[in-house]
Order: sequence, then C-alpha cells, then structure tokens
Amino acid sequence: MNKKALSAPYLFWSALFIIVPLCMVFYYGLTDKSGAFTLQNILAIARAEHAKALWQALLLSLGSTVLCLLLAYPLAMILCSMRTRQHSFLVLIFILPMWMNFLLRTFAWLTLLEKTGVVNNVLSFLGLPPLNIINTPSAIVLGMVYNFLPFMVLPIYNTLAKIDQNVIAAARDLGANGVQTFLRITLPLSVPGVISGITMVFVPALTTFVISTILGGSKILLIGNVIEQEFTQTGNWHLGSGLSIVLMMFIILNMVVSAVTDKDGEVNAL
Amino acid sequence: MKKLIALFLFGVMSTALLTGCGSKEGENGTVYVYNWGEYIDPETLDMFEAETGIHVEYEEYETNEIMYPKVSTGSSSYDVVCPSDYMIQKMRENDLLAELNFDNMPNAKANIGAQYYEQSKAFDPENKYSVPYCWGTVGILYNKTMVTEPVESWSILWDEKYADNILMQDSVRDAFMVALKLKGYSMNTMDSAQLDEARDALIQQKPLVQAYVIDQVRDKMIGNEAALGVIYSGEAIYTQRENPDLEYVIPKEGTNVWIDSWVVLKNAPNKENAEKFIDFMCRPDIALMNFEYITYSTPNDAARDLIEDEDIRNSQIAFPDLSQYQGLETFSYLGEEGDEMYNDRWKEVKSQ
Repeated sequence: MNKKALSAPYLFWSALFIIVPLCMVFYYGLTDKSGAFTLQNILAIARAEHAKALWQALLLSLGSTVLCLLLAYPLAMILCSMRTRQHSFLVLIFILPMWMNFLLRTFAWLTLLEKTGVVNNVLSFLGLPPLNIINTPSAIVLGMVYNFLPFMVLPIYNTLAKIDQNVIAAARDLGANGVQTFLRITLPLSVPGVISGITMVFVPALTTFVISTILGGSKILLIGNVIEQEFTQTGNWHLGSGLSIVLMMFIILNMVVSAVTDKDGEVNAL
Repeated sequence: MKKLIALFLFGVMSTALLTGCGSKEGENGTVYVYNWGEYIDPETLDMFEAETGIHVEYEEYETNEIMYPKVSTGSSSYDVVCPSDYMIQKMRENDLLAELNFDNMPNAKANIGAQYYEQSKAFDPENKYSVPYCWGTVGILYNKTMVTEPVESWSILWDEKYADNILMQDSVRDAFMVALKLKGYSMNTMDSAQLDEARDALIQQKPLVQAYVIDQVRDKMIGNEAALGVIYSGEAIYTQRENPDLEYVIPKEGTNVWIDSWVVLKNAPNKENAEKFIDFMCRPDIALMNFEYITYSTPNDAARDLIEDEDIRNSQIAFPDLSQYQGLETFSYLGEEGDEMYNDRWKEVKSQ
C-alpha cells in the first residue's frame, strides 16, 4: 500500500490540532482587540511582572532539569547493568506512576508536604524539625523533578542499552580504566539520550502552571500562570497569545540546540 | 513487557471510545448545566432526571472569571449557569442572557423570599433574567486554638503574628474587596489612587500569606493548616461541622453580600428544559436537600421553614440579620476598563 495514504490520518491530525491552533495563537498574538496588527502583546514581556515571571520559570525549570539529569543518569546506568527480568520489572515500576493522573500525583505531594502533612507528622514523631517547603520554589522544583523524571530516565536508558558491549570491552582491553571508559566511551555515546531527556523535561517544566499553583500556593507566578490567567480569568487572549509566542521562542531555541547536537536523529527515533 | 503495555493501552482506549459513544440522551432531551464546583447535592440531579426524563449534562467552574470566557465565546453551549451578581450584570449588559418566563416556574415565583428579588435588582433591575439560588457574606474563618484575641477587623490579616498562617482568596475581586474594605473604601471603586493603596496593602500582606486558594480554604482550615482564612459564609457551617474549633465573623468594616442566581443563556439550545430545571431547584424539598448538602444560605423561604434543626434555621452565619452590619455592599460590574484596572494591579501583587 502507498505510504502516503497511510500517513494521511496523521497529517490530518497535525493540521487540525497543531497547525491550526498555532496559526490562531499567532493571529491573536499579533493583533489587538480591534483586530489591527500590533507588536504590543509580544513586547509586553518586558513589563516588570511578566519579565519576572519568565525569569522565575527559566530558573526553576533549569534547576529541575539539572536535578533530573543528576538523578536519572546513574539510575539509567543501574537499570542497564541489571539482568533482563529484573530491569523490566524496574522499568515497569518507573512507568507505573505515569498511568495515574498527573494532577492527582501533584495533589498527593500537597498532602505529603503540608504543615500538618504526612512528612511533617513522621518528622515530628521522630523528634526532627519540621520541613517547611510547601508554597516555596523548592516545592515547585520538587514537583517538577518528580513529575518529569521518567522523561529523563527513559531516553538515557534507551541510548545506554543500545551501546554495543564489545565497544566497552575493547576500551577496557586497550587499558582504559572504569572512569576513562565512562568519560570517553559511554558518556559521548549517550549524549543523544541526554539531549532528548533535557528537552522532554525542560519544555514541560518551563510551561507548567499546574505545579506552581498547587505546590506553590499561587504565591509564585511563573510565565505559564500568567498566560493561563490571561486566557481563563482576564479573558485577554491577545496578551496571552503574545506571551505564548515569546515562550515558544525559548522552546524553539532548545529544540535547535538538540537538533544540532543530535545528528543521528535519536530524538525522533524515540 | 511491551506487549503488556500495548494491551493495557488498548484496553483503556477502547473503554474510552465506548463510553464516549455511550453519552445517553434523556427521553425528553437534555439540559446543559454549568455550575460552581461542589454547589449542588448530586442526588437532586438524579431525582430531576428520574422525574422529568431530561438528561442533565453537568459541568463545574471555580470562579466567575473562568466561567465567563467559556460562555461568551460560545465554544461550548450551556443552558443554565449560576453566576454571581456582578457577573450577571456583565452577562446581561453583553446580551448573553435570555429573559425568563416565570409562568413556567411557579416554584421560583412562590418560594424565593421577596427581599432576595429586591436585592437582585442591583444587577437585574426588572427581575427578568435571574432566580436566586444561594446567598451569603464573605468573612474571616479563624481557629480558636490558634487565635486567642477577638477577631473583628480585616486588619488581623495584616498582623505579623500570624505570618504563614493566613489564607487569602485567589480571585481578584475578593482579594481587593478585603484590602479596600480595610482602607474604608467601596469595593466597587474606580478611583486609581484608592486601588493603588489597596494594591500596596496586598503586596505588604503577601509575605504573611501562606497560600492564595479558592476551594481549598475549607479543607486547609479543617485540617488546622492555617489560623485565619478569608471564606464564603456558606463554607463556614460545613467547616464548623467538621472542626468545632473554627469560628466565622463578619468584620466590622463591612463586606461583600453576594447572591448567586440561576440564569438561562440567550443561545441556550434547551430553553424549556432549562426553566424546568430552575423550577425544580426551587422546590422546597429540593432546595432543602441542597442547603443541607452545600450549607450555603438558601433564599428559598419555604425550604428554610423545613429546616428541622432550630440552631441552623436561626443561625447567624447562615441567615444573618444584615441590618446589624455596616459597609455591606454587592459587587457591580465595572466594565472592561474597570476589569483592567483591577486585573493589572492583581498581577502586580501576584508577581511580587
């Protein structure tokens, strides 16, 4: 059968749910209420409260991406070194929480971290000082790391698993020690997975508004919150779209970086 | 394992597909209701379906501001909505509401107290578009074990003793109402100097605030998470039932007296069913069930007479004697310009 015909549903889907909404965002973002062309909605990012929200979002999402990477890499290596039966069980454990609704999992953290929550009850039972991170940036970072960690682990695990064991054996054979093998063979070969993991964590973390609302007590305004409020509360779709376009530029920047580093198309293969 | 996941996904998707198609239609059509979250006894919906054969499609929103764009853009069509006073005015002015035919709604005519229709004239001058469903005040809910001094003024929400123990409302008009009343101004002010003052007060208060929340004030106060919270009077009775340490007060500077009313949208596809639904909700037994479930004050005098517990029937929280209080006001719609004045300042508060 013709390959083009097979891809038709996908093309239809992308046109309807990706291209059309994108055009609408650009239309609203570049016009004012009367429909006339304007750049005001995009330049509005320079207003103090918007710039601050963008800066906060960049800071928190970069922070959680780094944390995810530091946690995920060793974990992926451990997964790889296990025997097949064990590791598929572990991978399953990793994927299992993702079957649960994202909102529910985030609300669960609220219950855990609250002043009189589960964690603090356990701490006070053990005679330890309470943990006061709810409604702070730390709680938001925790929520991001928790929710997006699997998106970092799985691509890294995939690239690591594909590395030919003979390459490693050859390196050891030629006198490289464990650290050298890791730095010069394993790490470079896993870069595509790392890059793809970074994209898959950074982009949703940058745009999130749910995590900051629930775990930040609405006290920390991220750019995602500003955009969400322009659409749902204030009803100013033009400003909301304008700010979305600015945010898209950061995402595209991230994609370009990953496309340049990822010559073999590993990202797309995922 | 991949097979296992695939099998699971297949199962989930095919169930979703089947339930998606199985959306049932009542024998006498459907009515689309868009109401506040946790604002009805779900059993009354089942009873309505059983008695009338009209299927109810029920959806919920958290604030008037979230509801408005969904209704005004027409992206989803609803029949019956339950907005608050100032939002009804906005919807009426923007020609979104249908005139009601009270001849089709004998319960709405007979059971709702006359004073509530009188009060509704602030936003619906001829009582043509709305039927009161709930009313109440906004006040401070506090925990007697954590706050020992008497609570009588909004100023206690600026007391540094209670840092990280204060819950504020996460909606622009409610938050500004608190600050404007504290400063002795009208909560419908359009004076930018007064609004700037209120904004500065809210910014000053922000470090003391534990969180800006809406529906969660209730659960957090019950769970002893905070000492003081700004809350709607209807939630107060429920929270006291769950946690006897809680007490509700209307501050001396005055507050918001609000009404949430049923309205029918101009482009409602099922206008007749919508009126049947509203009339059903005004039946004394149904209004009583809803009052007991959501504990928001009912304007339905016939239902109030049916309340068995005398303490609740004469409760000063549920049915306060408003003549005792000063500075009571109802929100009015301030136009696009007014909305912008408030929204811009609220964003400045939130981004601090």
